[in-house]
Amino acid sequence: MSEFTLWDIVYNLALAARWTVLLSLTAFVLGGGVGLLLLMARTAGNPWAMRLVRGYVELFQGTPLLMQLFIVFFGLPLIGIDVSPWVAAMLGLTLFTSAFLTEIWRGCVESIGFGQWEASASLGMNFRQQMRYIILPQALRIAVPPTVGFSVQVVKGTAVASIIGFVELTKAGTMITNATYAPFTVYGCVAVFYFLICYPLSLYARHLEGKLRHVAR
Amino acid sequence: MAYKFDFGAIVPHWELLLNGVVLTTELTVVGSVIGVSLGVLGAWARASRAPVISQIVGVYVELIRNTPFLVQLFFIFFGLPALGVKLTEFQAAVLAMVINLGAYSTEIIRAGILAIPQGQIEAAQSLAMNRVQIFRYVVILPALKKIWPALSSQIVIVMLGSSVCSQIAAEELTFAANYIQAMNFRAFEVYFIVTGVYLVMSILLRWMLKVFGNFLFERRNHV
Repeated sequence: MSEFTLWDIVYNLALAARWTVLLSLTAFVLGGGVGLLLLMARTAGNPWAMRLVRGYVELFQGTPLLMQLFIVFFGLPLIGIDVSPWVAAMLGLTLFTSAFLTEIWRGCVESIGFGQWEASASLGMNFRQQMRYIILPQALRIAVPPTVGFSVQVVKGTAVASIIGFVELTKAGTMITNATYAPFTVYGCVAVFYFLICYPLSLYARHLEGKLRHVAR
Repeated sequence: MAYKFDFGAIVPHWELLLNGVVLTTELTVVGSVIGVSLGVLGAWARASRAPVISQIVGVYVELIRNTPFLVQLFFIFFGLPALGVKLTEFQAAVLAMVINLGAYSTEIIRAGILAIPQGQIEAAQSLAMNRVQIFRYVVILPALKKIWPALSSQIVIVMLGSSVCSQIAAEELTFAANYIQAMNFRAFEVYFIVTGVYLVMSILLRWMLKVFGNFLFERRNHV
């Protein structure tokens, strides 16, 4: 049996951490796109679309991420789509992310004064123009800090993907533990890796928040 | 390929699911009562002017908030025995939830404490109250009242997060689901139903926390 040094553990975890980062980025970007579409549907004023999006958000905020991944992973094959753990994890996390981002962004859009809507409407702008030129540019400024803050939740959420067999940081940790019987060291290192990814994001979010508060004064 | 859904296949296993619901509830109740208490202590330490303790609590909060719950759980259940701390699945799950919620609620409650007007504390000082009395009678209830919605959301998140405790074989709801699908191979149906159960549980929990909050804060309004 080969000997695992601390360096081997760290090196292999670093390799796996790339997948954590890739999964986080993919879920965040795709989830942001879906979230933006949902935001449009939510704010466009159609009561049915509004109810539907509200139900969607309630569903994803009211159930465990693990269950969402299980349903994607075991559900899609039933309708004839074979999914790998990677696709299931990406899809599940994208839906999860989109629900939370829609809700965060809705708050930002609603914080824009109603006068802005009325003024742009009086200029003859339609909904898309109002959003594009008046509302979103203002909402974007307030939306950035909480969005960066939420990216930390996405990174931590990718750990759950290990349970459906996607090999990222946590799964790699489990596999290395099974080979080395050194869970204390290995999971300690895994935690350090997550911390190194998440803490800068947390700090950046806090920095942005502080800057925004400064501007608002 | 036509798959026939068979949700009836879950019915014979209702007792397993019920046990799972009971254990998830136990985990959530014990975890959040101790976790929020830890959060109150932590917030007090953070808000107090003792620099060393405040910094230690700060490090704890950042460490926990920037690592996944699943990794914390694995570290406690698989890692701690190396230091001679052996825990059962239930104990490890509760400990992980307490430590996790403790960090989040420290930060949430601290925000509530910072929002208490300084004049209130000065008024209490002028009545010759000591620090414990001020915290107990003047600070903590209004602080909790301010942040109760945020704290409630966090407790719901912890309840939902407890589903990963199935991975250390704590026999909660997700564990029951895994067990049932291993017996009847109806993975989709089981997880679909269990997801619905979680949804109902989170709606109920949110409602109960709201009622509890009203009871806790409204009753003392006339004092």
